Amino acid sequence: MTAIDPTAHLTAEQIEELGRELDAIRDEVIADRGEKDAAYIRKVISAQRKLELVSRGVLLFSIFPPAWLIGTAGLSVAKIMDNMEIGHNILHGQWDWMRDPKIHSTTWEWDHVSPSEQWKHSHNELHHTYTNVIGKDNDLGYGIMRVDEDQRWHPFHLGQPLWNFLNACFFEYGIAAYDLELGKNLRKRRRKNPEFRARAKAVGRKIRKQVLKDYVIHPLLSGPSFLPTLAATFTANLVRNIWTHSVIMCGHFPEGVQVFERRSIKGETRGQWYLRQMMGSANISGSKAMHFMTGNLSHQIEHHLFPDLPSNRYAEVAVKVRALFEKYELEYVTGPLPKQVFSAWHKVFRLSLPNKKPKVKTPDREQELVAA
Amino acid sequence: MVTTPLLPSDYLDLVSPLRAGADLRGRIEAVHPETGDAATIVIRPGRGWRGHTAGQYVRIGVDVDGVRLWRAYSLTSPTNRQDGRVTITVKAIPDGKVSNHLVRRAKPGTLIQLDQPTGDFVLPQAKPAKVLYLTAGSGITPVMGMLRDTEFDDVVMVHSAPQAQDVIFRNELHDLVADKKLRLTELHTDTDGVLDITRLAELVPDWAERETWACGPAGLLDAAEKHWSEHGVQERLHTERFRPGIVVAGDGGEVTFSATGKTVDADGATPLLDVGEEAGVLMPSGCRMGICFGCVTPLKAGAVRDLRTGEITEAEPGVLIQTCVSAAAGPCDIER
Ligand code: FES
Repeated sequence: MTAIDPTAHLTAEQIEELGRELDAIRDEVIADRGEKDAAYIRKVISAQRKLELVSRGVLLFSIFPPAWLIGTAGLSVAKIMDNMEIGHNILHGQWDWMRDPKIHSTTWEWDHVSPSEQWKHSHNELHHTYTNVIGKDNDLGYGIMRVDEDQRWHPFHLGQPLWNFLNACFFEYGIAAYDLELGKNLRKRRRKNPEFRARAKAVGRKIRKQVLKDYVIHPLLSGPSFLPTLAATFTANLVRNIWTHSVIMCGHFPEGVQVFERRSIKGETRGQWYLRQMMGSANISGSKAMHFMTGNLSHQIEHHLFPDLPSNRYAEVAVKVRALFEKYELEYVTGPLPKQVFSAWHKVFRLSLPNKKPKVKTPDREQELVAA
Repeated sequence: MVTTPLLPSDYLDLVSPLRAGADLRGRIEAVHPETGDAATIVIRPGRGWRGHTAGQYVRIGVDVDGVRLWRAYSLTSPTNRQDGRVTITVKAIPDGKVSNHLVRRAKPGTLIQLDQPTGDFVLPQAKPAKVLYLTAGSGITPVMGMLRDTEFDDVVMVHSAPQAQDVIFRNELHDLVADKKLRLTELHTDTDGVLDITRLAELVPDWAERETWACGPAGLLDAAEKHWSEHGVQERLHTERFRPGIVVAGDGGEVTFSATGKTVDADGATPLLDVGEEAGVLMPSGCRMGICFGCVTPLKAGAVRDLRTGEITEAEPGVLIQTCVSAAAGPCDIER
């Protein structure tokens, strides 16, 4: 969809060969998956729970500023761990092979207002299958932003830096609304649809519980520290939301990432699907701690190629994947977090204005963009 | 509410996994070798353990290479053990993932999952005057639980094993014999051949008068059941069968959708998702390419093959499969 197709130099056979090589990488990890990996996720879960408990304990005394600071920092980290390395990855089925009913995509519920069940549908199924396909993958701009030149500009987009900022602050609510396809469902008078209402109810229930826990029960338990605890939990949620939003923006929005037309995925082969994942994702480079705190979504490219491989394996997989990028002369989009965040934000700003050069639009493109 | 979306127990489990009210678990405290390929595992069960009756078995869930696998083993400890521990005795069977793990690799300190003990291969309330235990191989394990638990005045045991060194609990059995608490006939099948049940009377002339508990390979039990009923004393015979059939993975097979009650033939290359939809069964689905986990469904029986890796998954309680990338590897039962 970009002016020059960066995969144009590959023949159909090469693309299928690339697919086979990627399959081989996946098989290798699967054959080797075992005790160490299981121990890893158990350790992370237990560390997260301990950190959360301790932080909430400290917050009982958050009337004292140092306690507030420590507790808030701890709780922020705990919430990020729950969302990223644990929740996101378990819900991808990355740990289903352990057959532990407590660490399983069908039973896991996360500290987030979007119920796991709904998120799995919009994320695992729609976003991961139709990655970066305009009109199919709603993650592209979350339905409120224009993230590619080829999307039609509308005066509404002038405000998109602001929408994006608000979305970052209240990201979990944004995700819940997005999983519900709230805009579409409200706009098209589908409000009465029983299936939509049931899902909306589930979200309502989840929000009620989350809010009650974070903003009523825990502050109340803190007695005289009621207000500081309330502020602390709010801050922790804010930090978590901005962090996850930033990480996720880096996954598909930085410059250099491709988006695709709906037509282009008709009859897509396995090799072509892989190639689209490679060209539609971007990584974040950094330290081990950095990878951990992003839930290894810093290895977004690897995650999109193999969404069900255990996250602790992405780092080693990345070496092999990168070699394939080089072999097939493709651009591996990666960079440090600040650079990638800046690049993504830059795009949000740039595309809030209409294109400089007018684009020729084909009638069928027009339709898709309206649907998007 | 305080811990939503988790439960308070999720936090308590971190510090006290064996407490009352937790999911039932146990901790392996020791592993004692019995023979070259059998070992006794000493387990401290959690507070929720309700206790067992001699002869019963327990299902345990063990993580082998990170994967939780469930198997049933007879309890070999007496019911009145002072320290509250229980034991199972496991014989490593060829290719047995769990049994080999328990015998050769299990470490004290490891947590395992437990079910409550169950099984009706048990002794009666009223003591029978004469008892016969007829066992072979690891079939001795539930009977050892009985022997250690309840003393009878007149007990005979006929036990078969390939060779003397394969007899589990051999020293303890011979001690019982020395104390005149047991009369034992030990058969070594490598040299003596397998027991011909019709010649049992030569070993135990009054076998028909004895309340009998038999445990061992299917062949022995089938023969015993036939023998006892031919002599019209079948009510005196109690048998215990271990793991029934072993699944043989094939290529394609008859697929049962047990919730819907449909049965169809499937080949070894068609995803079960397609097979089900073709048959008009409502199948959950998503990406249809193995990435979204929107199609996972319990596998109740049989085996399936992962179409991507060729890996075989056999039915076990709690096993879920991705129907979009799994095909029948022999007859199987999909709960849809
Ligand atoms: S339908 Fe997506 S994994 Fe099976």
